[in-house]
Amino acid sequence: MTAILAAEGVTRRFAPRVTLGDRIAAALGARVDRRAVQAVTDVSLAVTRGETLGLVGESGCGKSTLGRMLAGILPPSEGRVLLDGAPPMRAGHKTTTRIQTVFQDPFASLNPRQRIGEAIAEGPVSHGLVTRAAAPKLAADWLARVGLDPAYAQRFPHQFSGGQRQRVAIARALAMQPEVLVCDEPVASLDVSIQAQVLNLFLELHRALGLTCLFISHDLAVVRHVSDRVAVMYLGRIVEIGEAATVYAAPRHPYTRGLLASVPKLSLDGAAVEFQPIRGELPSPLSPPAGCAFHPRCPAATDVCRAQRPALSPRADGTLVACHHA
Amino acid sequence: MTAFWKEYAENRVALVALAVVLLVVAAALAAPWIAPQDPYDLANLDLMDARRPPGFVGSSGYAHWLGTDAQGRDLFSAILYGLRISLQMGLVAGASAMAVGALLGILAAHAGGWVEGAIMRVVDLQLSFPAILLALVLVAVLGQGKAQLVIALVAAQYAYFARTAYGAATAERQKDYVEAARATPLPGWRVVLRHLLPNCLPPLIVVGTVQVANAIALEATLSFLGLGLPPTEPSLGMLISNGFQYMMSGRTWISVYPGVALIIMITAINIVGDQLRDQFNPRLRR
Repeated sequence: MTAILAAEGVTRRFAPRVTLGDRIAAALGARVDRRAVQAVTDVSLAVTRGETLGLVGESGCGKSTLGRMLAGILPPSEGRVLLDGAPPMRAGHKTTTRIQTVFQDPFASLNPRQRIGEAIAEGPVSHGLVTRAAAPKLAADWLARVGLDPAYAQRFPHQFSGGQRQRVAIARALAMQPEVLVCDEPVASLDVSIQAQVLNLFLELHRALGLTCLFISHDLAVVRHVSDRVAVMYLGRIVEIGEAATVYAAPRHPYTRGLLASVPKLSLDGAAVEFQPIRGELPSPLSPPAGCAFHPRCPAATDVCRAQRPALSPRADGTLVACHHA
Repeated sequence: MTAFWKEYAENRVALVALAVVLLVVAAALAAPWIAPQDPYDLANLDLMDARRPPGFVGSSGYAHWLGTDAQGRDLFSAILYGLRISLQMGLVAGASAMAVGALLGILAAHAGGWVEGAIMRVVDLQLSFPAILLALVLVAVLGQGKAQLVIALVAAQYAYFARTAYGAATAERQKDYVEAARATPLPGWRVVLRHLLPNCLPPLIVVGTVQVANAIALEATLSFLGLGLPPTEPSLGMLISNGFQYMMSGRTWISVYPGVALIIMITAINIVGDQLRDQFNPRLRR
């Protein structure tokens, strides 16, 4: 159980840029909204070598921001990210090739004016992993490995479907020979039938290459399919983290329970459809509620929840939960 | 590409303009072969033929369809050679301004922070300043000559490209593929040259077309004012300037025909540029 990638109390705020115009407006007495959005608050977690950690939560809960910080793309406002004890980012620049990212939208994450063979080989050539002469071979090998015809190397992204593009994006990330792969909703923009193919490819490559993986998704079924451990995020904080099997079988935090209950299920006899959405909406991260951030939506909330924020603390089965009552 | 061409061809005016541009370029390229006279070989000129009206048949035996100037030079030939120089200056200055401006604009967008602020404030300052004035001052300081003129034209025009490239690049840099390139991580110059630049090209090409026309007009203006090219390399502007003193004496053709040639060329290039802009800008599509 050695952590390869760890976050230590990371917080990320997005403050609106104060422009000259704002300053003048403020000087003239106008009210300028300078509240920072706190996307991620004081998150600590560790990804163990070789495991897949799933990160789930609603849209806007900060899971992508956390993923970007762990990938070394975005600097944390507070706290630090460590890859084998050293930060993957220094002075605002990513310093390591050991972490690679697969982005959500394969229509946006590939340069529309770059041939896909070039897209795959560009990083490895640039970092001296292969020579320029060996680049076409590398691209062809990776295309074959992700299930595409190596002859496609000369094509442009617009000539491919979404699923094919995501395969290209995966090939591009893996061609860098990373140790850690951060997948930011890699199948969210794909059709369900294509999702399964891409997920299976992902699992296959994960096993073959012995990768460590952070898998971000809002889709609980997808995360369950690929993850060893699961972390559930709510409003910038982790509310529950534990073995995937345990969390899915016996969710502790009311939010996790709510999430699992809100997945539409079809019963086999075709009669009743169980479907219980969590009431209310995600509060604005500009003004998070006091106490437990989930209390306005929580069915079990009491006075202590409104006053005091629960700490993430271990339970008997090894799961960590941030709840006064679970 | 075929779809793009089809859409272009739907606009008859733009199609004619494109034909005119191609014709002008062809005429300029072929000038030494199609001009009846080498207008700058003094041995060919005969002062007896000076200031003759259009259609005059001179001592060398051929008709001067557009007349002759004060040195007995065939104006049609002079215009063809003038087009050559004007086009050459326009293209070289336009392309150089595009290269400089595009790189600065994209660099500003890519680097952000104080680099962005510094570059773009200088560009803003220049855009608020008449280009002709800057070019005038620079030519006055640098002196005459092709290289000096190109420098002056580039200095007067790069700001338009920088603004356009900056705008396009700030939109592109938000996109995932740029973040993916930075996250690999690829070196900054590679992100700029291989990822941002190719995706910022369409608007730059449009601005480039219009700016070539502007460079030609600017060069003609400088030449007209006597600050452009030396008399050994007369552009259209200098031809217009040469004939100017005869305007009042009724020998208007010496200035008018080079002027008409200049207007036709600039108008045609501008129409082509406008059509390209309409086609590259989806919001203007009907």
